[in-house]
Amino acid sequence: MAQPFLKKDDDHDDEADYSPFLGIEKGAVLQEARVFNDPQLDPRRCSQVITKLLYLLNQGETFTKVEATEVFFAVTKLFQSRDLGLRRMVYVIIKELSPSADEVIIVTSSLMKDMTSKTDMYRANAIRVLCRITDGTLLTQIERYLKQAIVDKNPVVASAALVSGIHLLQTNPEIVKRWSNEVQEAVQSRAALVQFHALALLHQIRQNDRLAVNKLVSSLTRGSVRSPLAQCLLIRYTSQVIRESASNTQTGDRPFYDFLEGCLRHKAEMVIFEAARAITELNGVTSRELTPAITVLQLFLSSTKPVLRFAAVRTLNKVAMTHPIAVTNCNIDMESLISDQNRSIATLAITTLLKTGNESSVDRLMKQITTFMSDIADEFKIVVIEAIRSLCLKFPLKHRSLMNFLSNILREEGGFEYKKAIVDSIVILIRDIPEAKESGLLHLCEFIEDCEFTYLSTQILHFLGIEGPKTSDPSKYIRYIYNRVHLENATVRAGILLQPHIFVLLRRCLFDTDDEVRDRATLYLNTLVADGAVVETGEDVKEFLFGSLDIPLVNLERSLKNYEPSEESFDINSVPKEVKIQPLAEKKAPGKKPTGLGGPPPGPPSTIDAYEKLLSSIPEFSNFGKLFKSSAPVELTEAETEYAVNVVKHIFDGHVVFQYNCTNTIPEQLLENVTVIVDASEAEEFAEVASKPLRSLPYDSPGQTFVAFEKPEGVPAVGKFSNMLRFIVKEVDPSTGEAEDDGVEDEYQLEELEVVAADYMLKVGVSNFRNAWESMGPDCERVDEYGLGPRENLAEAVNAVINLLGMQPCEGTEVVPSNSRSHTCLLSGVYIGNVKVLVRLQFGIDGPKDVAMKLAVRSEDEAVSDVIHEIVASG
Amino acid sequence: MPDTKVRSTGCGSINSCPAVKNILILDSDGKRVAVKYYSDEWPTNSAKLAFEKSLFGRTLKSNARTEAEITIFDSNIVIYKFVQDLHFFITGGDDENELLLATVLQGLFDAIALRLRNTIDKREALENLDVIFLCIDEVVDQGMILETDANAIAGKVAIQNMDASATLSEQGGVKATTYPCSCLGAVMGEGAKTPNFLKFLMTISQALASAREHLTKTLLK
Repeated sequence: MAQPFLKKDDDHDDEADYSPFLGIEKGAVLQEARVFNDPQLDPRRCSQVITKLLYLLNQGETFTKVEATEVFFAVTKLFQSRDLGLRRMVYVIIKELSPSADEVIIVTSSLMKDMTSKTDMYRANAIRVLCRITDGTLLTQIERYLKQAIVDKNPVVASAALVSGIHLLQTNPEIVKRWSNEVQEAVQSRAALVQFHALALLHQIRQNDRLAVNKLVSSLTRGSVRSPLAQCLLIRYTSQVIRESASNTQTGDRPFYDFLEGCLRHKAEMVIFEAARAITELNGVTSRELTPAITVLQLFLSSTKPVLRFAAVRTLNKVAMTHPIAVTNCNIDMESLISDQNRSIATLAITTLLKTGNESSVDRLMKQITTFMSDIADEFKIVVIEAIRSLCLKFPLKHRSLMNFLSNILREEGGFEYKKAIVDSIVILIRDIPEAKESGLLHLCEFIEDCEFTYLSTQILHFLGIEGPKTSDPSKYIRYIYNRVHLENATVRAGILLQPHIFVLLRRCLFDTDDEVRDRATLYLNTLVADGAVVETGEDVKEFLFGSLDIPLVNLERSLKNYEPSEESFDINSVPKEVKIQPLAEKKAPGKKPTGLGGPPPGPPSTIDAYEKLLSSIPEFSNFGKLFKSSAPVELTEAETEYAVNVVKHIFDGHVVFQYNCTNTIPEQLLENVTVIVDASEAEEFAEVASKPLRSLPYDSPGQTFVAFEKPEGVPAVGKFSNMLRFIVKEVDPSTGEAEDDGVEDEYQLEELEVVAADYMLKVGVSNFRNAWESMGPDCERVDEYGLGPRENLAEAVNAVINLLGMQPCEGTEVVPSNSRSHTCLLSGVYIGNVKVLVRLQFGIDGPKDVAMKLAVRSEDEAVSDVIHEIVASG
Repeated sequence: MPDTKVRSTGCGSINSCPAVKNILILDSDGKRVAVKYYSDEWPTNSAKLAFEKSLFGRTLKSNARTEAEITIFDSNIVIYKFVQDLHFFITGGDDENELLLATVLQGLFDAIALRLRNTIDKREALENLDVIFLCIDEVVDQGMILETDANAIAGKVAIQNMDASATLSEQGGVKATTYPCSCLGAVMGEGAKTPNFLKFLMTISQALASAREHLTKTLLK
């Protein structure tokens, strides 16, 4: 027979690692599973083998397809045994083995028999197993039994059927929706859990029917729901109804508030808490509405149960962000939580106090936080630091102790995000509180003496360069900077050289081993000593170093390359400001130096800076103001056509410029006077104001032509534009490269171009979405739900919405795990007019393929929040 | 138990239905005794192990013996309770009602205590691993809370122990014959604490029935 289970040691009590599964092996257990095939079944032994199989699966062991199939078939034999205990284990292992469709058929009849058995335990479990493994085709056959089971007088059976219904609703909604009458009857059940499961299923069946949900909530809030779990559900559904109706009924009392308030007197703590939380989260909650909820949460603060204290303090912490006054009553209880054993609770308590407390308590709180900063996780530490930063801005007089605190924790161990939060806070305090400047700068100096993060070192050095000279004794800082020059890596050293007044230092750097450091040192040094005046840096020098260059960098580079060292020094004014077309010179006569200052090939500039420079160099566009956004190039021609054209959309506040990047791919042709004729009849809000033709477009040398439109200022106008490339074509003799004198006018149809809503949105990420979200506050929040219709999968739906809005996905939430049925995606962006926008998208698959989405928008302007909804609604 | 086929729980913030993401029972070295995942947040075994390892490390020093403790971990609420060398965990989404999750964990914990006659430690748990698996199976079904009442859970699991009452390593009949009596004692001890007298009586009668049936079976052997 199979190998016996491990023998128990006589003195196993002394043996710490004793386990009945010591030395267990998959192969041996699979061998043992042969007892399932014995004609005389030993139920106890079979149960033990199943337990071993479950143990292996639980430890992460995997069975091959063959092994799993073999075990599954053997297990099906066990339905012959009438032993209740064994049957129970059989149910569990079938669920774990997740048999394939063709295997399921083998057990179907056994399970269907159990489903109609007189034994309650059989009925309940057979329903759960069958619904778990069935693929839906079977569902119509067993539907009758499931409907009966929902109203079974045994609560375990009813719950099994209802819970299975909740799962099946995802895959076979049309069938489950037919059970409404039975489910409705089960909602009235006297059994607590049956009521809970029935309510959950009924709501899910009706959730898209606002009226039905409204009715459900109205009738249940009047009646008596017995189960605390069901009551929690009812509170959630009620909150939903309140949220949705709030916008409709602006007058009078909030509907259902009385119900929520009544729940605060429920005997179950989970219900009281659910209701209190629901009240604090009401849109535009008034302090009168808040008071009873705060009162019960306050009682929870002194509970002996950590879970209760945590739940209460976490909720109050959130309330303190928007209604600090309402939470001040809890300050005494909050104080006692500062020393809570559970550090999460202590941290939440302190940060709440920092938001609600007064100036006199600051010092004491800071002392207490110091004692356990080292015990808490970085994510909590950042919460503390942010609370301190806002506190310091609120009570500038306290800057000394707060700054000391920040500098102390800056010296301790911590990750990059944490250190960055501290440094950012110090920098903000230095900027906003003049008294804090000197001590803050010194703290930063000390920090860079021993800083492992290059990025932070460079940032601080740069900051020292700006602030240092304005202090009473700049030489103090030079010593620190000087130390860094000797010790740090090249990035930091190069960063240091941004301090234009440190002349000795620069001399030293001329001997540095890194090229960039030497170059920068030479440059600054020469600039500084140019007129023999070391300290007096003239306006023009400053302009040169820190102002922006008004010529395209590519042109400058090309001109410098062409410059031959001579008596005459290089004149920057000779560099062309316009983006010119490279003449065919090099092709015509290889080796011959291009005459004059031939422009470089103007490849599409990649960054917005480059675009901005390019556009501002064109006089027609110079009065359009600041460039808001440039789109990625959109192809207007198929690949491998005669002329390749793509377009970049430049968005200004009151204008849009289309930059057509054209390439001529025919060696025998020279195009001249190239323009794009744009038909804006399908873009009513746009009016063409300027067009800049391209003088000549030789073979394989890209050039640009521009068309500018005026549009209403600040309005996210959208529209369709059809484009026609118009030009004069001249034949070119391939042997000589000479073009004929006479040309022919010709046209070339390009594809349509659209200005869409996403063009008015900049992709700008935030490092911590949650913080950004909460600090934005719910004042301009807009929430609504949308059906996106049938989609291939969630990922496709998520992508579609991201592209539609043109926002930056945060924290990797654009990635949808495969087979997910729900997903939350976080987006951030800046809308035209420099309005920050945050979006929280919650997707769920509703029915077989239908995707539903909840869209919550927060922004600095409620009109913008509405616009985002309009984009989605019309998209 | 590792899911090979992960199904959605049908619950989440959209449907505002409470959902459990996992239940973990680890030993004092952080090794698995029994785990069950209901969410596809941890798609692979190594992702699960990594979660268990860091969660175990994070909570190791806390005192979660008299009352369950709580923390936020990887944007999830985790509630945990330790007894002897066993560490119990339950995980839910970060906007889940903390007290609700705690009720589920307490229900599971008390049910196991009932079934293991109040000696909950790693050895007892491993020797009665079938009981542990069945208790977990009765508490949560694919993320949906199935039952939170410890007596009800223990009652449902009890049915199976009529015949396979011997622990894994003791296959002899000695312990089996004494089992129903000691079980009865445990039930009485526990039952006396619960105010629900009716349920208590039911459990007693259930235990008596199982004792009777067991006796007949032993006689027939």
